[in-house]
Amino acid sequence: MMRNLKFVAGSILCASLLSTQGADVTGKVTLKGTPPPEKDLPLDPACGKLWPNEKPKTRFYVAGADGGLGDVFVYLKKDGLKSDVPAKAALLDQKGCEYVPYILGLQTGQKLLVRNSDPVLHNVHATPKVNKEFNLAQMAGGKDLEKTFDQNEVFVRFKCDVHPWMFAYVGVVPHSYHAVTDKDGKFKIEGVPAGKYTLVAFHRKAHGTEDKAVTQEITVGDSAVSANFTVEAAAQ
Amino acid sequence: MPKLNPGNRWLARYAILVAAATLGLIGLGGLVTSHGAGMAVPDWPTTYGYNMFLFPISQWVGGIFYEHTHRLYASVVGLLTVILAVWLQFRAADRRLARWGWVAVGLVIIQGVLGGLRVSLMKDQIGILHASLAQAFLVLLSLLALGVAPAWRSWTSHTAGFRSPSLAVTHRLWLLTTVLVFAQLLLGAAMRHQHAGLAVPDFPLAYGRVWPPTDPEFLQQVNAARIDTRDFHAITANQIYLHMGHRALAFVVASLMVISGLRLRRDFGKRSGPGRWGTAWIVLVTVQMLLGASTVWSNKAADIATLHVLVGACCLTMGAIGTAVCRAALRFPSERRETSPQSDATSERLHVPATLGVQA
Repeated sequence: MMRNLKFVAGSILCASLLSTQGADVTGKVTLKGTPPPEKDLPLDPACGKLWPNEKPKTRFYVAGADGGLGDVFVYLKKDGLKSDVPAKAALLDQKGCEYVPYILGLQTGQKLLVRNSDPVLHNVHATPKVNKEFNLAQMAGGKDLEKTFDQNEVFVRFKCDVHPWMFAYVGVVPHSYHAVTDKDGKFKIEGVPAGKYTLVAFHRKAHGTEDKAVTQEITVGDSAVSANFTVEAAAQ
Repeated sequence: MPKLNPGNRWLARYAILVAAATLGLIGLGGLVTSHGAGMAVPDWPTTYGYNMFLFPISQWVGGIFYEHTHRLYASVVGLLTVILAVWLQFRAADRRLARWGWVAVGLVIIQGVLGGLRVSLMKDQIGILHASLAQAFLVLLSLLALGVAPAWRSWTSHTAGFRSPSLAVTHRLWLLTTVLVFAQLLLGAAMRHQHAGLAVPDFPLAYGRVWPPTDPEFLQQVNAARIDTRDFHAITANQIYLHMGHRALAFVVASLMVISGLRLRRDFGKRSGPGRWGTAWIVLVTVQMLLGASTVWSNKAADIATLHVLVGACCLTMGAIGTAVCRAALRFPSERRETSPQSDATSERLHVPATLGVQA
């Protein structure tokens, strides 16, 4: 009898935990059309040494072989949608004289670490329009910079003026329900609570501004939801 | 012509050196903006925490090279300006020259602080002011150099012989043109400090038309198709208007420069100093127009864009000097009459206006 009670209580606990964890929203963003060709980065000698073989290019349109479009910021929109601030900091690294990743999602109030993994110095220059701008030196091997953003802003641009080809974009939203598509165009937003949302897929180059991003209305229940998008490449 | 003593000859040479150094500084500043390196050194007056004069040369890399050398070179120009002011204080016959020397010191200090504030406050608008004040500072130093230069004494003595009745019109034309050249430089500075790259990528047409479209759909297409290694701001309608305004004003200014240059040649004679100055102005504006077009054709290559800034500064300086020559020629007779009504034509040619000069 006691064992049955424990089993029932455990099942209820598991079910309630699953319910609060929510469902996943997955999907794929596909690029339609042919984007303009990317350009070689004009690396200086110090940075050039960090790329002994293949030279890096601009990363405006990162498209996979099957048409999947990478670096698309996908996030939910709904009035009052919030979530606990993740304890884990997001990381923006400077590696090979490039910001990695190129597109990053962040929650307001969440800690952002900016790292310099390069043997050269950089200046970390954030140029937001809503949040507060900063421009800080980061020497080779210097300690990580810690920053947070208080206001929603998609995107906050990061640049390095020492190496003017270096830039990254951070999408700051008030919750953790966001993702960035991988090189195959796939994304996964985990643990979305049940409800109706607008799902936004924003490609920085193709859409330019947030109001031009593609959207879908979705309803999230107990099971995973799938949503696919198509982004049109710019006419050349 | 009265001979300058060796000390004053050196003052004249030194003043020209300071003006030339300032032109070089404008060139370096142009390189900073052209390479997008204005914020490459995030602190001021220190450089990455170092005393700026002790910052290791091994760290002068990428954008730091342009920004840091600009700062060091600016310090040298500041020092040269102080020395010029002190020298003028002791040697200038006209006390106004000495006073303007100290005004130059004040300007170079303000200019340095503006450069620092542009970095500390991270405001592009301060960059525009910084670039514009640099041009005004160059004009002031050039006029100071002119005031103490032997060539100036030679030219002003010439003006008595070659003066034409239409000189007043020529003077006003040079003044107007010089003011418009300055306005054109302000537009150029505003364009450069938008950090948006080329708002209109073709020339002489604009996006294949006489006047480009600026509707939101068109701008989105343009920005989405724009692939550049630099992270320029998105092109906006205002940037296109600014760019087209710069083009339109360029044609107005160039036409006026040619007309005023020809008038100077006619009024003073082709082979006179001022006449040759007018010819040089016409040549310079031709070069400047070609550089402007080349800036577009080269997708705003840093070297060409910087050269465009430099030649623009030369156009302004030459305009200010040409205006000063016309003005001096206009003032010459009345001053001459006041000081020596009985003198003959030969002594009139030797006269140096009281407004500018050094102790002989």
